[in-house]
Amino acid sequence: MTELTDLARAVVDRAQPGEGIEAYVSRGTDTQVRAYDGHVEQLTTASSAGIGIRVMVPASSGPGTQVGFAWAGTLEPGVVAQVLADARDNAAYATPDPHVALAEPDGVAPADLDLWDPAFSELSTDGKVQLALDLERAVRHADPRIRQVDSADYSDGTLEVGLASSTGILAASRRTSAFLSVSAIAGTGTDSQTGSGFSVGRAGAALDPGEAASAAVERAVRMVGAAKARSQRCTVVFDARVVSTLLGVVSAGLSGETVVKGRSFFAGREGEKVAASDVTLVDDPTDRRAYRASAFDAEGLACRRTVLIDAGALRGFVYDTVSARRAGAAPTGSAVRAGYASTPGAGCRALLLSPGRLDEPGVLAAVGEGLYVQSVTGVHSGVNPVSGDFSVGAVGLMVRTGALAEPVRELTVASTLQRMLQSVVYVGADVTWLPGTAAGQTLAVAEMQVSAA
Amino acid sequence: MGDSDEAGGEVGGITVTIPPVQPASPKAAAGADAPLVEPDVLERVLRVAIRRGGHMAELFAEDRQTSGASMDDRKVEALSSGRDRGAGIRVVVGETTGFAHTADLSERSLLAAAEAAAAVAREGGGGVHLVALPARRPAGPGAAVLPSTVAKATKLELLARADEVARSAGGAISQVSASYGDARRRVLVASTEGVLAEDDQVRTRFSVQCVAAGDTGMQTGSEAVARTMGFELFDAADVGEIARTAAARALVKLSARPAPSGELPVVLAGGSGGILFHEACGHGLEADHIVKDASVYTGKVGELVASPLVTLVDDGTIAGEWGNFAVDDEGRPAARNVLIDHGVLTDYLWDWLRARQEGRASSGNGRRQSYRHLPMVRMTNTFLLPGAEDRHEIVAQTARGVYVAKLGGGQVNTATGDFVFGTTEAYLIENGTITEPLRDANLIGNGPETLLRIDAVADDFSMTPGTCGKDGQSVPVGCGQATLRVTGVTVGGTAA
Repeated sequence: MTELTDLARAVVDRAQPGEGIEAYVSRGTDTQVRAYDGHVEQLTTASSAGIGIRVMVPASSGPGTQVGFAWAGTLEPGVVAQVLADARDNAAYATPDPHVALAEPDGVAPADLDLWDPAFSELSTDGKVQLALDLERAVRHADPRIRQVDSADYSDGTLEVGLASSTGILAASRRTSAFLSVSAIAGTGTDSQTGSGFSVGRAGAALDPGEAASAAVERAVRMVGAAKARSQRCTVVFDARVVSTLLGVVSAGLSGETVVKGRSFFAGREGEKVAASDVTLVDDPTDRRAYRASAFDAEGLACRRTVLIDAGALRGFVYDTVSARRAGAAPTGSAVRAGYASTPGAGCRALLLSPGRLDEPGVLAAVGEGLYVQSVTGVHSGVNPVSGDFSVGAVGLMVRTGALAEPVRELTVASTLQRMLQSVVYVGADVTWLPGTAAGQTLAVAEMQVSAA
Repeated sequence: MGDSDEAGGEVGGITVTIPPVQPASPKAAAGADAPLVEPDVLERVLRVAIRRGGHMAELFAEDRQTSGASMDDRKVEALSSGRDRGAGIRVVVGETTGFAHTADLSERSLLAAAEAAAAVAREGGGGVHLVALPARRPAGPGAAVLPSTVAKATKLELLARADEVARSAGGAISQVSASYGDARRRVLVASTEGVLAEDDQVRTRFSVQCVAAGDTGMQTGSEAVARTMGFELFDAADVGEIARTAAARALVKLSARPAPSGELPVVLAGGSGGILFHEACGHGLEADHIVKDASVYTGKVGELVASPLVTLVDDGTIAGEWGNFAVDDEGRPAARNVLIDHGVLTDYLWDWLRARQEGRASSGNGRRQSYRHLPMVRMTNTFLLPGAEDRHEIVAQTARGVYVAKLGGGQVNTATGDFVFGTTEAYLIENGTITEPLRDANLIGNGPETLLRIDAVADDFSMTPGTCGKDGQSVPVGCGQATLRVTGVTVGGTAA
């Protein structure tokens, strides 16, 4: 198939009798340009490659399988041989487990996704530099209240993956991506407020610096003069980007791995109503628009559409091979891994809430009074996907008579994930695909506690 | 902006040293005393890097060997062994930095990376010459017991003991995960300014996370120990004690009430409370934010920015602490820097690039996640010096407030100064007494305002390890403080 699958298969072919091997090989290139104050601050060009190998052996005594893992940030043949030896040695120490196994081909055909944009290589380094410089200039001169452009970045990359296993898995994939991001500081006097913007595509030519710049400027400028709010219980309208982040956290509980290990508040609630009736949540990595769209999962099975919540009722979870076997469920092609240096686990790639009928202004008008949250902080320190406790720092604008009003800062919004899912009052029609594991769209949640001075 | 941090060395899966059983290449075969790159090769690569002009060229080579093991759901999962080596080359021309990296330490590949990094110098300018490199001073590993010399079975015994102790803490403990990791990182830095420095950093960590289940649902508790040292870590650190602490945190929260909302006095226990300073001012004192006027502390040197009770130090030299090293990732010796002296801002943190722009020396705070990353200004071990008060008295003199026994992490927007930090063990203070446990919540404040509101600092002191994230790069850091009180912080709970 490809040079990488050939290498992966060559490793797998070295399996000893009774042994199962999986080899995950990846190779990529990256370019990053950072513009600052009219000049190039940083220009990085790099290529990298690596391999991760899992070895599975029957337990030395009794039933079950033992697994070992090793990786290296190079594809040098001598090192690859050492990685295989390390993984094999490590397997001797794992606890024998009847559920540990390599993925078995299940006959599901991979989606025909073309994630490699031939236009990718058409943009020269000079062109990339120009995009970053244009972006920085556009933000700096957009509004007299913009006092600083903290960073204006162009970045792009290619990633090729080859995967092979003793069970007959052979998968090759490749993708291109390109990204503009900018962070602006607006203010007058000692007041400083920030806003960011970005544009995402599969090639530099597809990016829109104007879109990124105007979002950063609008978000920074509308926060100028933000004051502390008063504590209250109200409906909170979350910005589409925030919703993408929050769905990413909720999805931890929808991973079959956390369910079988007793770390999900969704465990044992299949069929129950866990959310408001307007909430239908699907993971579909075969949707080409998704940032993490993929034909194959991290164990080489075809990615597929999985309905997680249907009209508020919990329908299922996403599984990798081990968690599916443990749960007695069918695999959902949902193995994910951070790269060659990590082992696969179960996770979502492309979550999408079924869109409602209202766009953002429509949701604000329908809500009438409340708080619009533009961005959140402390998601990792204040949202616990096991207990469901939810508390994040926020900045945003008050919603008065159905429209955005005065900006507010230094506040928290709190509830529990369980209660928030039940209290969704509007799902926006405004679907935007963002970097991450979920699409963004406006979401209104009733009965949130806002804490301020 | 948006720098986010996590306590407990949990993020990113720090890993460990494994023995090079069969050396993979002649370089590895030469052993740890051989340089990652030979001096004559360094000179030739640096000369190529500045051939087209430039003000500085630098080669950073790294060899990292890691291994980790975890026990989850009563099973030892796949042990992990990793190896990563390569070099990053940067060329600085005026205000522009060119950077390229390679996983191949051969001269041919290093020269190609040098050419790529030098491409930014095509307009000319600079014209620096290579200052002769000094003699090598090979660094020995900062570890009494290299983890690579310890049997894997011995490491697994630690996991089994932690699992057993945690599960015996109470019938409500429903799940336990224990994780061991160690990493050995050899680095070499050489630059046209005559820098030639090496370091051999060994880090070892252990953490436990417990889930407790009760009528009110599930709660989590965790505890970690992480030190810049070898397996001798476990001479002093008792994994059973770590497991008991993690289990107790999960259990106590089963009966926790929702945290209050609104502004309240907050007493932060020593140790992880240091995250307050890491967020409230540490990131804001990093010179890259300062020179871009992207910090609320820009232009404030010499001014009172905190309560006179606050003397804040960043110190990379403290042996054993999680943010310790001999030389930073630009080859500068680790240093002790006083940032705030009795409330007065005395200095910022500097790397080579930002210091050069201001015509001063680096403070030894240039760090990077790996050879694939450019260095930037980072904290090391950042802590508040202890005060004179008794920690029990501080609580006793607080009529109503929140006592935070353990923080889990935080995040700051350096441009606005607004920061959050999240509790993982907290209690209500009522009439000078610690009473009911509280569910987890974030607290939010504004750095300059919060630092001025510190009205009591105790004489106890401890450090806690964490992983600091900035601009996509993670590095190990330490945070520390004595028990202290802030007169008002907004507590982000759900109780009205």
